[in-house]
Amino acid sequence: MDVTFQHISKSFGPVKALTDVSLTAKAGTIHGLIGENGAGKSTLMKILTGYQSKTGGTILMDGNEVILDNPKQAARHGIGMLYQEPMDFTPLTVLENFSIGIPGHNRRDLRFALQNLSVRFGFHLDPDRCVEQLTVGERQQIELLRLIHCQTRILILDEPTTGISPAQKEVLFPALKQLAADGMIILLVSHKLEEVATLCDEVTVLRHGQVTHHTTAPFHFPELLTAMFGSVPERQDKAAVREKGSPVLVMQKVEAAGERQGLHHCTISVAEGEVIGLAGLDGAGQSTFLRLAAGLTIPEQGTIQLFGEKLPKKPAASSCAQALRTSFIPADRLEEALFTDVSLSDHFSLKKKQSSFWRSQQKAKKLADTGISTLSIKGQSENTAGDLSGGNQQRLLLALLDPQSRLVLLENPTRGLDIRSGHWVWQYLRNKLPKETSIVFSSPELDEIIHYSDRILVFHDGDIVMDSAVTDTSHDAIAAAMAGMKEYV
Amino acid sequence: MSKTSSKQMKKLSIDILLGGVLVFGFTALVLLIAGAPVFATLKNIWLGAFASTTKISQVLSVWVPLTLCACGLLFTFRANLWNIGIEGQVIMGAIGAMAALRIPGIENPVLITALAFFASIIGGSLWGLFAGLLKTKGGVHEIFGGLGLNFVAQGFILWLIFGPWKRPGIASMSGTELLPRELWLSTPPGWRVSIGGLVIGVSVLILTWLLLEKSMLGLKLTAIGQNPRAARLYDISPVAHYLQSIIIAGGCAGIAGFLQVTAVYHRLIPSISSGYGYLALLLVMLAGYRISLVPFLALFFAALNVGAIQLPIVLQLDSALSGVIQGCCVLSTLFIIGIRQKRKQS
Repeated sequence: MDVTFQHISKSFGPVKALTDVSLTAKAGTIHGLIGENGAGKSTLMKILTGYQSKTGGTILMDGNEVILDNPKQAARHGIGMLYQEPMDFTPLTVLENFSIGIPGHNRRDLRFALQNLSVRFGFHLDPDRCVEQLTVGERQQIELLRLIHCQTRILILDEPTTGISPAQKEVLFPALKQLAADGMIILLVSHKLEEVATLCDEVTVLRHGQVTHHTTAPFHFPELLTAMFGSVPERQDKAAVREKGSPVLVMQKVEAAGERQGLHHCTISVAEGEVIGLAGLDGAGQSTFLRLAAGLTIPEQGTIQLFGEKLPKKPAASSCAQALRTSFIPADRLEEALFTDVSLSDHFSLKKKQSSFWRSQQKAKKLADTGISTLSIKGQSENTAGDLSGGNQQRLLLALLDPQSRLVLLENPTRGLDIRSGHWVWQYLRNKLPKETSIVFSSPELDEIIHYSDRILVFHDGDIVMDSAVTDTSHDAIAAAMAGMKEYV
Repeated sequence: MSKTSSKQMKKLSIDILLGGVLVFGFTALVLLIAGAPVFATLKNIWLGAFASTTKISQVLSVWVPLTLCACGLLFTFRANLWNIGIEGQVIMGAIGAMAALRIPGIENPVLITALAFFASIIGGSLWGLFAGLLKTKGGVHEIFGGLGLNFVAQGFILWLIFGPWKRPGIASMSGTELLPRELWLSTPPGWRVSIGGLVIGVSVLILTWLLLEKSMLGLKLTAIGQNPRAARLYDISPVAHYLQSIIIAGGCAGIAGFLQVTAVYHRLIPSISSGYGYLALLLVMLAGYRISLVPFLALFFAALNVGAIQLPIVLQLDSALSGVIQGCCVLSTLFIIGIRQKRKQS
């Protein structure tokens, strides 16, 4: 049995998530689906499981078109998915979770089935234990057995090794190979190239919603990396490297929670005047790093020093950081940085350092008008932040930036901006801020990082796996580090 | 700008019209079910509230505490806090005032009344602060914290009335002993509202408008109410402002308690708050959190409350009908707001 995607497309309003995606996964194989975050892997899988409708194209099973309008229909066709976060009921026992969605069986049969399957795949599951007490890996095993018991013929795995131990991985991989050998179709969604290489028979690479590469084992990594991240010639018009000065931000053995994996053993020093790009897949620790430096996240362990002063480990840390002239601009502007229904001039009033008791509307308007004209914001001082387009919201945030900032932290500064606006933002940051100002920014676009930074830190699963001057590394090396490959030749 | 605002005005007037129709329809339905003549009932409520100077002044005596509580709530709603503890804050204000009035040895009535005034502010604010601290330090949602504190305040006032502050000889639901005449806030002959109370009510209303619309505090509360996460990037502490707003709300409610003691009942009674705290919550929601509508809606609610008093005598109806009408108003408003938002989303 095969499953075939033919010319699948999917749009969310004007945004195209998938364009003309075609691929075939054959029975008895493990088919890898790789790509950056936002490449379209999850969308494609959600269409297959009936959670999302497609805009165009057809899905064939054994050559016959199937309609998958909802998860129930998909399940009836034997399509099952193992999610990154186990979708189970934690107060129930292992057996109860296993039984969910299986009608008409008596408990003894189910217990027998569960034990049989456990033995077959080498899982050690106690049917009467409460799922609450189990690890993510064990919960994943229950879910896997349940799907097998429900006669799943097409199994989708979404980043199955996130959150499970290496030992559990050793048990999971042979189980998957065995299932494939039994004739199941397995679709593996992952961004970890090494795992894909050990497990998969075939790999399809998605980038910006399109298939950029398809290949069978054995795999050639540079080829896959280029297909995942695109290849760009080294730019000639690179921004000039700035002078380095004394340390501005020093982190020592910092451990913090946040995002998928938190941040581990982070020891790093940022010098005055440096522009540092933080590379990594979404949620690899860059955002946690920026929030730690801004005093918005409190480290569990370790110390953070800004300009020689230790940040206190309490909510007042963000206030301290700001007093030390550290500014942070988050990626999610309306969620985290602006007030939707507050006017632009009121934003300037709120940002003012020495705030008086009464509001001075005239002064605020003046400030706002100056900001609007210097940053060419398309809007009036009485417009609200929510009235502005994404690009203009970013300009507003830059206008609100303390001009005397000594450390500027930016999370994905060109998010949602077209190329010209993005370029404009960088022109502003590099030319309008004083030369001594250090800039630390994250971006999902490798090109942007290589183009604008002096130094690059690469994050993978909460670790900084690479710290290098931009001149000493290459696009491919960074891409490999992002994909979690320890050695790259 | 003018184009959009005239459009908004049009929308608002349609809303008000629709709301009016809904309220009237709802009320008429309830009256019909209760077997009451619709127009006669409404007419009697109107007459009961505005037929004489005495009645008008009685409406105003309800208007003052209602407006005070509503003003306080405007601060907490700005910061997106649900200060349901306002009821307990009124009670604690009344207790604070009474405690000061009972201080022995102070002869000067002006001095002791001034003391009672400040004590009521402290009592209400402290009760607000407790709810605020429960939220910010203990993670207790302000609705539950406030509600719990309301019960505590109610229990406390009962204990005082039946215990340490009981009338010589007997303890009774009718409250503590009457205050000496010189401690009553002066009321013109034939009036039911004290001039002092009116002055305080109007002053607090103006002060609230100034603080909310013209001061940085109002702007910061707006910011925090909309996006507490972003506020931290502007070095505005959400915790500090949550506490400030609820302290101010408690203070306003405390003053309402002070007036209930010194101008209305001249003693402490178990139901000293008369439910004005809860009523003010409804009122502020009905006003769409706009201060400009607060005095008018407070007058409307006060008139309903006072006007319904004579319903049992004239039409043999229960005076609780006014509560039903008030409830209908709020429900209709929430209904309209809900529909608007739903339509906006889709």
